[in-house]
Amino acid sequence: MTETVRNDRSESPDTPPSPEELPPDMANPSAKPSISWQALFVGAMFAFMYLPIAVLAAYSFNESAYSANWEGFTLQWYERLLTDFRIFSALKNSLIVALTAVVVSAVLGTLMAVGLARYRFPGKKLYLGISYLPLIVPDIAIAVATLVFLAAVGFSLSLWTIVAAHIVFCLAYIAIVVSTRLADLDPNLEEAALDLGATPTQAFAQVLLPQLMPGIVSGCLLAFVLSMDDFLIASFTAGAGATTLPMEIFSRIRTGVKPDINALSAILIVVSGLLAFAAEYLRYRSETGNPK
Amino acid sequence: MSVSPPPFSSTSDLTPDATKPRWGTRWLGPLVLLGPAGLWLLLLLVLPTLVIFQLSLVPNIRPGDIVNPSGIDNYLLVFNPTNFRVIVRSLGLAVGTTLLCLGLGFPVAYWIAVLAPKRWRNLLLLGFILPLWTSSLLRTYAWITILRPTGVLNSILSTIGLPTLEILNRTPAVLVGMSYSFLPYMVLILYSSLEKLDRALLEASADLGATPPQTFWKITVPQALPGIAAGSLLVFITSLGDFIDPELLGGASSMTVARLIYNQFLGQTQNWGFGSALSVVLIFAVSLSIALLLKYGDSSATQR
Repeated sequence: MTETVRNDRSESPDTPPSPEELPPDMANPSAKPSISWQALFVGAMFAFMYLPIAVLAAYSFNESAYSANWEGFTLQWYERLLTDFRIFSALKNSLIVALTAVVVSAVLGTLMAVGLARYRFPGKKLYLGISYLPLIVPDIAIAVATLVFLAAVGFSLSLWTIVAAHIVFCLAYIAIVVSTRLADLDPNLEEAALDLGATPTQAFAQVLLPQLMPGIVSGCLLAFVLSMDDFLIASFTAGAGATTLPMEIFSRIRTGVKPDINALSAILIVVSGLLAFAAEYLRYRSETGNPK
Repeated sequence: MSVSPPPFSSTSDLTPDATKPRWGTRWLGPLVLLGPAGLWLLLLLVLPTLVIFQLSLVPNIRPGDIVNPSGIDNYLLVFNPTNFRVIVRSLGLAVGTTLLCLGLGFPVAYWIAVLAPKRWRNLLLLGFILPLWTSSLLRTYAWITILRPTGVLNSILSTIGLPTLEILNRTPAVLVGMSYSFLPYMVLILYSSLEKLDRALLEASADLGATPPQTFWKITVPQALPGIAAGSLLVFITSLGDFIDPELLGGASSMTVARLIYNQFLGQTQNWGFGSALSVVLIFAVSLSIALLLKYGDSSATQR
């Protein structure tokens, strides 16, 4: 990544910049030396962003468990990780939580986004404001509120209380992504379907939903990543034995550096990189596939 | 943060009446579309928040106790000197993180949005925010590996003959971790604001004899101000409520509001009423900073 940053524009002479995209500094020759200085700073910031990730990945192959010095290549941390029953059971719990929460939220969030775009009703501003709350209120406050409420109504904690709590923020994020997509759509298509005799349900399922699909999918990916990443809300709403992956990781790393967690990090980095790539590809396709 | 005008508003009075003549079904559509999500948010977000408001008025409550609201003792506890220092430290860390993210993020966003070749911009921005997709716990954990006494930083320092640093479990480590965690958000928001920069104004300013610093402070910064305000607010409220970075990097000396709340519920000394009061104070602080932005900030600052 850092290499593309240092790519100066002079290295791509095939596309001369058109006047309006000419950087302001180019018009002012005295400012020219500052360009390389700025690029250098940006390169350093890119290095800063990737340094921790690179360190984790590199040390997952380091023979020594506790020293920062390189003492030889090994795969023993990966072997140890693959035989770690607790990590796998935590991963299974996390996947159950994330997948269930995302599927439910995809339905609720999409319906909500369509409803908010379609209807005006008294209290709509309040409804809209509440739907933004999960994005604004700190996780710790949401976690506390959910735990206290579940205790107050006498609901016993389990894996499913995590799911219920995760649906709250998952549906908020999905609704926002779908709303953005909805705003770019052509409303005439659904009206045309209705004029041509489709029932509102048919128009929704066969005209609107396919158009919304890219937004729904990228919203779901975002919600999935957030759910898999959540530590606070899960640890407050988890019942006995319902340990998710972030909870398991947290309980191990708070007591220091663990080389098998380095190996887990390297694997998760690759997986999340692939997910990010998939999400961006979808977004890119949905943006170019629907020029409007 | 605002939802665009409803694209289907033209059908709002048409759909129910034209296809379903009976007025009773007018409410069916909104109910089916907005009911389930609304009910969920009401049950698991609005009601819980109201419950902690009530619980925050109960002193010394522990799980299983009978709820009997009786006063503001918990709030007096929040503002006793020890706990007040925790609040001040949290605010200080949040302000420090915001300034660091602004200082580090603005040049990056400016370079990507203005100076970088146009066809690389999206890819560069994507590359910068890509680490957000990896687990936040593990990214913070990586900083333990780097900053600990026998870590990467110190082995590099001692190799080149410099004195080693004791950073882990101190405030600087928390600032590094939080800035690292929230820098991508800042760059993302600043970028979307700087991308819309009116270049004609920049050129006019240069033509009229302004020096680059003058152009920067008088033309670029005012135009980017809504983005600066929105990005700063986002980083500020996120770092104010952050638990993972202070907990893992800060050690015993960096107790913050979020850590204190955590301890009231999942720690050694549980006190649900006090924890609820702290949460209410935290929610209030976040709401206050948003209200201040909406009141004094440019109204377009909240529109992303």
